[in-house]
Amino acid sequence: MDRVAIVGVGQTKYERRKKAETFADMVYEVTVKALEDAGLTIKDIGNVVTVSNDFWDGRTISSMAIQDACGSRHKDISTVEGDGLFGVFYGAMRILSGSFATTLVVAHMKGSESRMNLITNAMFDPIYSRMLGLDAITSAAMQARSYMDRFGITEEQCAKVSVKNHGNAKRNPLAQLPMDITVEDVMASRMLSDPVKLLDASPITDGAAAVILANGQAAAKAKTTPVWLKGVGHCSDAYHLGDRDLSRSPALAAAAKKAYAMAGIAKPLEQIDVAEVYDAFSYQELMWLEGLGFCEEGGAGRLIDEGVTQMNGKLPVNPSGGCLSAHAVMVAGLARLIEATLQVRGAAGKRQLSGCRTALAHGINGPCGQSHCVMIVGQQA
Amino acid sequence: MGKRVAIVGTGQTHCRSARKDVNGQELINEAVVRALEDAELRRDDIDAIVIGNMDHFEGINYVDTWSVDGSGGFMKPIMKVTTGGTTGTTVAMAGYYHVASGLFDKVLAIGWEKNSESDTTGAIITAFDPVLDRPTFGGAVGGLAAAALRYMAMTGATERDAAMVAVRDRKHALNNPYAHLQLDLTIDDVMKTPMISYPIKYLDMCPRTDGACAVVFASEDVATKITQTPAWVQGTINRHNYALACDPSWDSLETLEEGSRILYERLGIKEPLKEFDVMELYTPSSFAGLQWIEELGLAKRGEAPKLVASGATNMGGELPINPSGGVLSSNPIGATGLQRVAECALQIMGKADKRQVPGAKLALATGFGGCFWSDIMAIGARKPA
Repeated sequence: MDRVAIVGVGQTKYERRKKAETFADMVYEVTVKALEDAGLTIKDIGNVVTVSNDFWDGRTISSMAIQDACGSRHKDISTVEGDGLFGVFYGAMRILSGSFATTLVVAHMKGSESRMNLITNAMFDPIYSRMLGLDAITSAAMQARSYMDRFGITEEQCAKVSVKNHGNAKRNPLAQLPMDITVEDVMASRMLSDPVKLLDASPITDGAAAVILANGQAAAKAKTTPVWLKGVGHCSDAYHLGDRDLSRSPALAAAAKKAYAMAGIAKPLEQIDVAEVYDAFSYQELMWLEGLGFCEEGGAGRLIDEGVTQMNGKLPVNPSGGCLSAHAVMVAGLARLIEATLQVRGAAGKRQLSGCRTALAHGINGPCGQSHCVMIVGQQA
Repeated sequence: MGKRVAIVGTGQTHCRSARKDVNGQELINEAVVRALEDAELRRDDIDAIVIGNMDHFEGINYVDTWSVDGSGGFMKPIMKVTTGGTTGTTVAMAGYYHVASGLFDKVLAIGWEKNSESDTTGAIITAFDPVLDRPTFGGAVGGLAAAALRYMAMTGATERDAAMVAVRDRKHALNNPYAHLQLDLTIDDVMKTPMISYPIKYLDMCPRTDGACAVVFASEDVATKITQTPAWVQGTINRHNYALACDPSWDSLETLEEGSRILYERLGIKEPLKEFDVMELYTPSSFAGLQWIEELGLAKRGEAPKLVASGATNMGGELPINPSGGVLSSNPIGATGLQRVAECALQIMGKADKRQVPGAKLALATGFGGCFWSDIMAIGARKPA
């Protein structure tokens, strides 16, 4: 693929409630931060892709609230409604089309002003399944049970993911929930929906994030070392939960296959140095690692048991702390990409991994990870 | 550089105020099947899907993943884009960029809405800032009425002038079997309808509609293998300059003026009235149907009524506008902009049947929505250089 680089990133601190800031305040903050990071001004931005969701924002045309804050006046602009990583993908396509040299991608979320259970209940079919009361947590619990039963994954193995990611968050100053916890703490936390306990679940979060994408020529003008987009793929599974094998993620495997083919990756565990995956729940990190081909189906329990995904392991997963430590919905895939970018750039501060040349970022849409986007970034185009 | 992109197939549903015979997925499927049949493609041929609507009109969250049974998106790349009234054109632009990027050869773009399942105005009100705008500019009609008043004050245009547009578009719809409102009206008929928000009367305003539209975009590598008459995307641009209804200048629709001038320059168009053969414009009120053709450079400020009265924008005129019947005849909001694009493609492909503009070679589609935002796409028979 032609050259698209990430040349600027910006994130707010992720918090349970940002009482003072509006959507526009948060978007303005990350827009300015990303521009400063890149050493560019808004005049250097060719077009803008915003990411928001009318349900989560409680507003029709939710993108309207932040048109000025992202500096889109007199520019082309569009809005992806879905995870931020899909927004980045669209932003990259707009550069690859030859129409624009740069794209600013912004995403925002105020979970504190939303009702998670009602909003995620609304993703279920109004005729057949919504009245069952399914929401993000109860549907995830079914998926967790299905996955654990099929492959013999234990609640303790899931709990280890939570311990790892909250521990990683201690080195991320923007994370919401840096915590020193044990497997026992997770096991003893309040049951939300069996087998998902409070500490297996990601928090409600307010936050925003932005990245600046650039073609080769524009990337040369930025002050940062460009991190290149090497491969990308996205794919959706069936909609009705009953139409899917919830214990597996074929759509993720298909998305990864495409991204890997583009990036020339044949052995992901050998060729990828760090992965930021969408761990909305602890079991999901394990499931997605399997879908991404880092191990065989059912093998991710072994990865966590053997410490492969720890900071000092062969494949550190979610050094940022992951969604478990800050889950601004819509923003979260973008946050995954930003961490992947910082790791490749060598700018990840106290959590910097050594020798990180190639990184993976992952985002999801829909119930139980129905739709996935996988992106590979690296040092060389 | 990216790939050149053509539209190679279109599909539309019949539009009604309530399509009780189908659910949302079935409505989407109706348009998708027709688009695939038109392009003589199968579901397996489609590399990616872009879909758009406005969430609160159906009350369904994550429509991209919900809709796969209707869109054919099972185990395919699918993405949702949405920008309010401009959603349909936003979907078209996303379809275009997907293909132009070189990453996908054949992309299905879908816009749909089942407005009968919600309170349309109730949903639109929540688009506006709860503190600054909502008390004054809630809903779709208020802002258009304010713009209409300003236009009348500036130019001396009358309510009867605007009614000409209401009559023209509904008459054009008589030739479009998919249109929602197919009415043979007189100016007096329009004038007699109830006032909604002065000066906009019932028949000056678009309806709300159930309907869907699907368009297949294909790269230059495959387009001519799919059809002998691809409708090439000549260029596209948009401007969404405002966040608050108190921001725009009411003297003109700045976003349309700015966007069209830049696009014309890129395409080397100097006299749009002469150079375009047909236009499908997202003009949701009859007054917009006057003022906005001035922003598009078809007439000088205040001279749109004269141009419309001359018959130049009728079928058979110098530049037929809205042969489909336009937004005043059908308005399934998430599909409305895409219908404009599809209708332009039909004209270029020579498939517009009774509403065909003979020999149409260059067409312009627009979208309107959000906070006085505009999307524009030019479509033509000539493969871009």
